[in-house]
Formats: sequence, structure tokens, C-alpha cells
Amino acid sequence: MSIGALEGVLLIPALSAALLAVLPGYKLTSRLNMAAAFFTFAIAVSLFIVEPASGRYLLVDDLNKVFIVLTTFVAFTTSAFSASYIGHEIETGRLKPAHVRFYHAMYQVLMFAMNLALTANNIGLMWVAIELATLTTVLMVGLYRTHEALEAAWKYFILGSVGIALALFGTILIYMAAQPVIGEGPDAMVWTILMTQAARFDPDLLNVAFVFLLLGYGTKVGLAPLHAWLPDAHAEGPTPISAVLSGLLLNVALYALLRFKMLLALNPASIAPGPLMVTMGLISAVFAAFMLYKRRDIKRMFAYSSIEHMGIIVFAFGMGGPLANFAGLLHMTMHSLTKSAIFFAVGHIAQIKGTQRIADISGLTVTHPVLGWGLVAGVVAIAGLPPMGIFMSEFLVVSSTFARAPYLVVILVIAILVALGALFLKLNTIAFGEPRGSTAPAQASYVPMFAHLAIVFAAGIYMPEALVTGFQNVARLLG
Amino acid sequence: MHSITFDIAHMLAGSLVLVSFLQLYQDRLSALLNMFALHAFVLAASVAWQAYAQDAPHLYITAVIALIFKAIVIPLALRRIVIKLGIHREIENVFGVGLAMLLGIGLVALSMVVMLRVTSGADPLAREDLAFALAVVLLGLLMMVTRRNAVSQVVGFMSLENGLVLAATGAKGMPLVVEISIAFSVLIAFIVIGIFLFRIRERFDTVDMQAMDRFREEQR
Repeated sequence: MSIGALEGVLLIPALSAALLAVLPGYKLTSRLNMAAAFFTFAIAVSLFIVEPASGRYLLVDDLNKVFIVLTTFVAFTTSAFSASYIGHEIETGRLKPAHVRFYHAMYQVLMFAMNLALTANNIGLMWVAIELATLTTVLMVGLYRTHEALEAAWKYFILGSVGIALALFGTILIYMAAQPVIGEGPDAMVWTILMTQAARFDPDLLNVAFVFLLLGYGTKVGLAPLHAWLPDAHAEGPTPISAVLSGLLLNVALYALLRFKMLLALNPASIAPGPLMVTMGLISAVFAAFMLYKRRDIKRMFAYSSIEHMGIIVFAFGMGGPLANFAGLLHMTMHSLTKSAIFFAVGHIAQIKGTQRIADISGLTVTHPVLGWGLVAGVVAIAGLPPMGIFMSEFLVVSSTFARAPYLVVILVIAILVALGALFLKLNTIAFGEPRGSTAPAQASYVPMFAHLAIVFAAGIYMPEALVTGFQNVARLLG
Repeated sequence: MHSITFDIAHMLAGSLVLVSFLQLYQDRLSALLNMFALHAFVLAASVAWQAYAQDAPHLYITAVIALIFKAIVIPLALRRIVIKLGIHREIENVFGVGLAMLLGIGLVALSMVVMLRVTSGADPLAREDLAFALAVVLLGLLMMVTRRNAVSQVVGFMSLENGLVLAATGAKGMPLVVEISIAFSVLIAFIVIGIFLFRIRERFDTVDMQAMDRFREEQR
């Protein structure tokens, strides 16, 4: 097997993880971390130029290319943010150099795991990769070793493991369904082979398998009522990890769900997975929207906002059809970019103020205009106001599904509006009003945040033709 | 069809469910750990029998891992921790034993109804195994829900995972079974024992999850 671009997106993170685990000095390692993430991103982009052939272990198609590029891009910008974030943590003594070494190695292991989950051509391998991603994030969430961080990590570990266990049971059932048709052995777990034979699988087994997979991977997507780990893990871990969790890991779990949905769609006798996903998506969106009002912790609040948006995305994919899939895909991309930009801002804010309590943060636009207005722009985007990209994708989700399910869409719109109200209510005190807390100047790199916001803004105004056709191809693939 | 091979496999898988029930009503941690060791032992026997019945020698590796690691090493290590913390006599159930048993019976019935119905076309041995495996998984989940103590939650998770290994070995010719069982063992060893329990001990002086919940309440 020659080493192509596909192997590259796996090898670079794996090798740099090993390297970062032994190198001392956070300045050097955080730059190396950035460089590794950048090279992975560059190689991921090259997948669009020369598409390598899918092998027995790794696969590439229009669907996972989008996910890989998005993942590696956000991973790269987050590593840039992480460099300035970690520098501050070292200065204030919240992290020791040994922890940072561990942190950087784990960051690359996480990248490896996510890329492996996205490229794996085997349902078992994909499961192992998602498991690995869960474990690395558990370790990173507990990095600060405080009461809250350990409690959050423990909760995440237990709930994540249960989810992962249920997903494994679903994976075994898929194998059981495939085995009589394809025969014993590894072939019955290979995506590309499964997809060609799916019509002949036992539909009942597929149905049960999908329920387990939905519950299992749905836990990792953060769908209500399986979301309990998500706010804690976001609030207590280092902020770059919150950005990666919200922006990327939730997407990776969603990708797994979408693959299995495609598999079921090929078997006419099996249940339609759509209604199940629509239900869970709607519940998550509505629940999270109302939960936003009572949040006192700024990172916890944006974590609930992630649940809401994952709900909207799962709703769109559950409705299915080329238009709704297109909208879901666009919304997923926009949400990843916006939410990670917000976490970049929040990370610096929490560092300056020394607290994450919303009550202790006030008047940011006065004391820290760049950071404050950056956050305002991010919240405007995430709330779904024009002219940002999320407005467009939410508009598309609503308009593409309204004719088919008007009542459901009304519920969704209510959830979006409720969330908008909550976000602005909180933003009002955070960004404006009497300045409170420390006014020390921020030692921040604003480039990642504004790069993301600029893309989201540009997407709201104009989408390049190539991007639209690319997304349309994927949407068609998703059925 | 109902050969002696089938009967023995059936008996072993059934015993695993039975031991899951035994775990459910143990009211002391040390007794619970004994039951878990028995659980892992039955699993090892069951996997070994499957290895023999399916003529799949790689499954013997899984059986040996289950025997050495889960039936001996982990229970011993957990016992040490439990005695060190002085909690080997205590266990609190969220609700009574009777209710837990009734729920458990319901879950077993559920898994039989679901799995036997959908797998009517499959090989009978795999079918029974899958139904029992789902029962063990659900009982493990039930245990995690009904216990508050971190150690017994871990035991619940491990017995859940035993159910998964049973399912994976029952699915004939499934690849990666050995790898998955190793991955799970490593996971349990490193994370659970190595990091969490010690950290929790260090920070909380208790492994009671309710005490941990309090920290969050205060913060809200």
C-alpha cells in the first residue's frame, strides 16, 4: 500500500503525537502542533484535487471529503488559538509544562482518531476510532484536575462509554445482518461492500441495529435526552477542547449516523430512519433552547447552544431529500466555524476575567473592544441573524421542509426564536453595560476567530459555485 | 440441531445472565466484586466454548484475556482500592432490591422478545447468544443506573462490556473481536483504575457520586 493523501491525514497526526509527547517547551511544541495541523489540512485539501482510490481499509468519497476538510481546517485554526491560550495558562500557573506536553500529544491523537473515523472503510474500525476520540477527550476534559473538571470527565467517560457500548452492539448487529449475504469474515464489515449488498440484508436486524446506533452515536452527537455529558465537558475542559468538541467531534459522530442512515436507505424493507432522527432533533432543539435561559456559566451556555444546533442539523438530515440535506450540511459547516470562533473569544474572555460566570463578566465592548465585538458578531451569527451564514442555512432548513411538515417546522422555528432571545439576553450583559471584573489587556491572537467569522459572513452573502455543486453532490448521495 | 454443543453454549450464556442478576442484588461492594469475578469467569468459559464450537482459535485469546484480566486482575485491584478506601462494606441502591429485580426481569423479557423475533433467519446458536448478550448489556446498564458508588458503576460498565464480548463472539466469523476485547481491557485498566479512582480519592476523599454531584449544584 503506497502512502497517499488518505494515509497522510492519519500519519501526520499520529507521528506528531509521538513527537509532541517527548519534546519539552510549550513554545516549540505549540508551534509544532500548529504546523502538524496545517500540513494535515493541506493534505486534506489535496483530496479535492487528486482523489485517491478507496482501499480495503480507507475510503474516500464526496461525503467524507467535506467532513475531513472541515475537521482539519478547524483543527488547524484551533491549534493557533490553543497556542496563545496555553501560553496564558502556563503564565498563570494553571497548567504545568508536563500537562502541556500531554495536552499537545493528546490533541494530535484526537486529530488522528477523528480522521480515522472519517476515512475508515470498516464499521468496526470506525467504532474503534470514535472510541479513541472519546477517550482522548475524556483525558483532556479532566486536564485541570479540579473538582468540577474531574466530575465532568467522569460523567463524560461513563455516558460516553455507555453510548459507545450501545453503538458497538449496533455494529455487531449490522455484521449479523450482512454475514448471511456477504459471508463470514472482514468483508461483511467493509462500507463499500456493505453498500452494494444492503438491499439483500435482513430488514428486521437492520432496524434493531439502527436503533442501537442512533442511541449510541446519538449520545456522542449530544442529542437530548442523551446530552447530559455535553455541557459539563464543554464547561470544565480547556477552551480549545470545547471548540474542538463542539465544532468537530459532534460532527464525527453525526457522520457515523449518516453513513448508517445511507445503508438503511438502500434496503427498501427496513424502517425509514428519518422520523426517528427528526424526533430526536426536534426534542434536542426545543429542550436546549429553553435551557439556555437559566445558564450562569458562559461556556455551559454555548454548549447548550451546540445541542440546539445539532438538533437542527439532525432534523434537517432526518427530513432528507436533496434540499434539506444540502441545508443540513451547510448548517453543520456554518455551526462548526461559528461555534469554534465563539469559543475562541470566550476562552480569552474567561482568561482575562478569571471566571466563567456570566454575572461577573460585563461591558466587554468598552474594555476589550476587539474581543467584545468579536463575541457580538459570533453571537449574532449563531443566533441566526442575517447577513451571517447560519441565517442562510437555517432559512434553507425551514424553507426546504416547510411544505412537507409544516407543524414540525413551526416547532423548530419557535425553538430558534427562543434560543435567539436567550442568547441576546445574556449577550446584553456580557458585551454592554457597566464594565466589571479585570480590565487587563488581552494577550490574544484574534486571527483564528476573525478568519472563521469572515468565512461565515462571506457564506451568508455569497456562496461560490464550486462549493454549491460540491454540497449538492453530497446531498444527493445522502438521499 | 439441538446438539450437545448448542446446549452447552446455551447453558453458559444463560448462566451469564443469571450472574448478572446475582450482581444486581449484592448489597456489599466486596460481594459485588466476587460476583463480577464469577461473571468474567463464566464469560471466559462461554467464549472458549464458542472458540471450540466455531473452530475459531483466535477466540481463545479473548477467553484467556477475560479469564486473567477480568476474572482475576481487575477484581483483585478493585478490592485493594475498596479496602483502602474503607468502603468494602457499603453499597447504596437508588431503589430497593425488589424493584431492581423486577426491572431486570422486564429487561430480560424485552431482549428475548426483540432479539428472537428479528433474528428468526439467523443461525440458532448466534441467535440465542445475541438475545442473552442484549440481556446482559441491559442488566449492566440497569446496575449503572441503580448504583451511586463509582466502583459499582464501573463494575456495571464492565459487566455490560462482557455482554458485548458475548455478542461479538456469538456473531460467527466476526473480525476484530480480539482487538475489541483488548481495547476494552486497556480502556478499563488505564482510565478507570489508574486515573479516575486515584484522582477522585485525592480530591474528594469519597467515591460517592452524590458527593460529586453536590459540587456541581453549588456551582450553579
